[in-house]
Amino acid sequence: MTGKLRRLLLARRGGRSWHWTDVASYAYLALGVLLMFGPVLWLALSSFKTPAALLEFPPSLLPMAQSEVSVPGYPQPLPLFRVTMEDGSVRELAQVRRVGILAQMVDPKTPSQTIRVPTDRRTPVRHMALAVENYTDPLTQFDFLRFLRNSLVVTVVATIITLLINSMAAYALSVYEFRGKKLAMLGVIGTLMIPITIILAPVYLVVTKLGFVDSLWAVILPGAATPTGVFLLRQYMLTIPRDLIEAARMDKASEWRIYARIVMPLSMPALAVLAIFSVMWRWNEFLWPLAVLTKTEVHTLPIALNAFQGELQTQWHYLLAMTVVTLLPVALVFAFLQRFITSGIANTGMK
Amino acid sequence: MAGLELRGIRKDYGSTAVLKGIDLSIADGEFVVFVGPSGCGKSTLLRVIAGLETVTAGDIRIDGAEVTQTAASDRGLAMVFQSYALYPHMTVHQNMSFALENMGIAKAEISSRVERAARMLRLTDYLQRRPAALSGGQRQRVAIGRAIVRDPKIFLFDEPLSNLDAELRVATRKELAALHAEIGGTMIYVTHDQVEAMTLADRIVVLNGGRIEQIGSPLELYNRPANLFVAGFIGSPRMNLLPTELVREETAGPAATLGIRPEHVEPCAEVDADLTVRVDLVEQLGGETFLYTSADTGGPNGLPLTIRCDGQSRLTRGDLLPVRLRRDHLHRFDATGLACRPDPILARSPS
Amino acid sequence: MTDTMRSHGEPARGPSAAAAAVTTGGANALMRLTDPPMRAVQRLIGAARMPYVFLLPNLVFFGLFVFLPIGINIVFSVTGGTALFPAERPYVGAEHYARLLDCGSYLEAASCREDLFWRGVGNTLTFTVFQMVAMVLFSLITALVLNRPIRGRGFFRAVYFFPVLLSPVVVALIWKWILQRDGLLNAVLTTAGGEKILFFVDPGWAMFWSVFVSVWAHMGFYTLILLAGLQAIPRDVYEAAEMDGTRPWRVFHRITLPLLWPNLLVVLVLVLIRSVQVFDEVFVLTGGGPGTATMMVVQYIYTTAFANQVQNFGLAGAASVLLGVVLFVLTLIQLFLTRRRAS
Repeated sequence: MTGKLRRLLLARRGGRSWHWTDVASYAYLALGVLLMFGPVLWLALSSFKTPAALLEFPPSLLPMAQSEVSVPGYPQPLPLFRVTMEDGSVRELAQVRRVGILAQMVDPKTPSQTIRVPTDRRTPVRHMALAVENYTDPLTQFDFLRFLRNSLVVTVVATIITLLINSMAAYALSVYEFRGKKLAMLGVIGTLMIPITIILAPVYLVVTKLGFVDSLWAVILPGAATPTGVFLLRQYMLTIPRDLIEAARMDKASEWRIYARIVMPLSMPALAVLAIFSVMWRWNEFLWPLAVLTKTEVHTLPIALNAFQGELQTQWHYLLAMTVVTLLPVALVFAFLQRFITSGIANTGMK
Repeated sequence: MAGLELRGIRKDYGSTAVLKGIDLSIADGEFVVFVGPSGCGKSTLLRVIAGLETVTAGDIRIDGAEVTQTAASDRGLAMVFQSYALYPHMTVHQNMSFALENMGIAKAEISSRVERAARMLRLTDYLQRRPAALSGGQRQRVAIGRAIVRDPKIFLFDEPLSNLDAELRVATRKELAALHAEIGGTMIYVTHDQVEAMTLADRIVVLNGGRIEQIGSPLELYNRPANLFVAGFIGSPRMNLLPTELVREETAGPAATLGIRPEHVEPCAEVDADLTVRVDLVEQLGGETFLYTSADTGGPNGLPLTIRCDGQSRLTRGDLLPVRLRRDHLHRFDATGLACRPDPILARSPS
Repeated sequence: MTDTMRSHGEPARGPSAAAAAVTTGGANALMRLTDPPMRAVQRLIGAARMPYVFLLPNLVFFGLFVFLPIGINIVFSVTGGTALFPAERPYVGAEHYARLLDCGSYLEAASCREDLFWRGVGNTLTFTVFQMVAMVLFSLITALVLNRPIRGRGFFRAVYFFPVLLSPVVVALIWKWILQRDGLLNAVLTTAGGEKILFFVDPGWAMFWSVFVSVWAHMGFYTLILLAGLQAIPRDVYEAAEMDGTRPWRVFHRITLPLLWPNLLVVLVLVLIRSVQVFDEVFVLTGGGPGTATMMVVQYIYTTAFANQVQNFGLAGAASVLLGVVLFVLTLIQLFLTRRRAS
């Protein structure tokens, strides 16, 4: 029986026995899980802690708060401690005040009698408490919903524009032969690696001249024509059999109809990959919005977060909660489309 | 339905000439087959007619109207592609109605046309399926159906049967012949399979190296090939080609090469024999027998001679066989490869 | 043909199914709206000129937000003053370039007139070297491990990959929270009997964590590229090596590495290009500090143009042009390598 169980637990693909490299591999992967998931998990746990719990050192793993009791005769609820008495018995007492290394305590059942206890004889009584107000307060106190909405608008509108104009350009560059095609391709490839960071000021000038400063269009439009997107879609469209396009031409379809009714539906997998990436680029975009969105009411989530961490140095509880909110949509998208995203990246080599 | 006129069609790809001057008229309602070895330009010629390729020189008329510069979508022709080029994301019904939608035809009319074509092609049960869910033969019929619903001026077929297995190919060939009899449209059909050409065509156009070698009805080409190329290309097994000296009392004047089809070589008594051959291989097909033999010429390899006999044969490898060439079926070719004919008009093909 | 038909024939699988359903509905309505004008355009200019129509929108965006800015940037770099509009800026020639390149010794940032720029260059170089080594090493090891016959490979691949999708701000904040004075790491250190370390006060530690966090966030992407390369190596090559009794290290050295080399090269160059542009994570994590210990070139450009009291677009422009030239050369190298890989 035990032999069978052992064989079941230790069985490996191909029926071979364990080798030290297998052990090392799984150890490496386990460490990886800890290192990759751990920090995010820690963030999520911390985001539910009260400001007091966040200041604790060493910090507790789970969001804990000290239990309190209302004791007759005391206007405020008193913190509860577990105290080891001199006779070795353990009692739960509420602390009235602390003087040096001595604490004045009362038994909640007999509030009239105070007991003096050395502070090293007591440990706080704690229970798990989720500080949900970390999430709800920012919604009411700061314009958090507005930042969320701004991020959503930027993400959705920019992705739609990107998909449309990138696919049109990719269609032109994959299906047709025309004068200037090489030059257009060169333009696309040449800008693949020019990050907006190095042309920040001039793009700012252009956006100013177009009157977009401090409007969401300033973030949506400049990044809409992505060379990566054109490149990815073109590579995919090249695999669509030319016969289909010629058949459509024989079927009296206009070039626009061939694009919209034949090439676009057939490019759906590549379009989906680009859509997912565009969503992530836009949702996470930082430097450009930071430069161009100076007014608070047009801030997107990452910018708002950055501003918070500057302004509210001590208010980690809000910051952590909002970081979780920013992270959540991406985590959800990834959870559902994981296989699709990773294979998309492996096939296209883009990020 | 319409006639077609090609005058001086030339097509160059860079410095390579693919079509070197094609003149051809096709009458209304005719079934014309372009046949030739791969690379002879037959597919290019079809695509030129379709408008999918531009010409380097020459002009194309459909029903007397000049269409050389007209786009494929405006020529009113329908094409069945070798790959079928079915739109994979559309159902059979959508595939067949796509062209009609492009032409702006009313919905009711589209449906009735599609259903009529589907009945004709036994596709009624498959109208809601996608191409991926169809067998090879069914896909092929959809491709034909897509052309039929259009009621085009001319049907173009680009090796439509080459992706089918042998049995289906024979069946579909018969259906195509029946279809032509039924709807009577002008059809231009490209194939490298001479059996398809022989069985389907009203007229065959034999192409080689970008030129027309001969135009004529199937039997005309079989019985009176204009040159060595056509003689060798049409007929299976191939026509035997012999040097003139091999045959006794040959008086063919300028002839440099003699040709005789396998069925016109007869085993005979030794006294009547033109030559004696050694049997190398016997192919028994039951109803007929092919003897692959060689005549002793003194060299290391004998001169190959293929013989077709009716019925079955008792001959085996190594047997010696006296044979006679039927004088009335001898083809004579001069040193340049052209047929020597009493009638010089027939002998000269436009090349 | 059948294969390609099939692969294009069923795009409606997985996540794209919903997308496809939504798009077909919307597409029909859009079609009725857009087809007549586009058809008219085609009739007007002819089918052969339609590709220009399709290229136009993208080209307008490229022109406005990429090509034009590159031009303006060059103008900025040779003009002075604080005006944003090029026409209002006086021509100063190569002054900004001279100022950037004016150094007593290029090895000593303090000896340069624009010492912040050179500190940025130095920091970026340090960051790039360490990050390249660490990134390639760890993504290679991870890819090799994941390429073994492992249970739950998909899960582990996802674990390493998911930080790639996180916003750089989120990544930086996650680690900032762990690395702060009373953070998780210091808690672990003190429980183990050590002393608290002020990671963001010590220049060495700040640079270390900048590299670490960057590797943490991006190694999943490169692991994926390398894993794809490893899986493209035919199994029978390994089986042949096994039949020949080749030892594992030799298999890695003589078979895996040479066959993976093209992918590895691409990863190297991509890491290089991205390192040179690094900004977001490090900026949020350390703010460039302590002092200027982790201030990168891009941060220098950003602060010079936007964050400083005096917005010096000329100087920032000149620095951008220099960085652009470096990136352009690196991109050319990458294109050359990918093209060679493709052929």
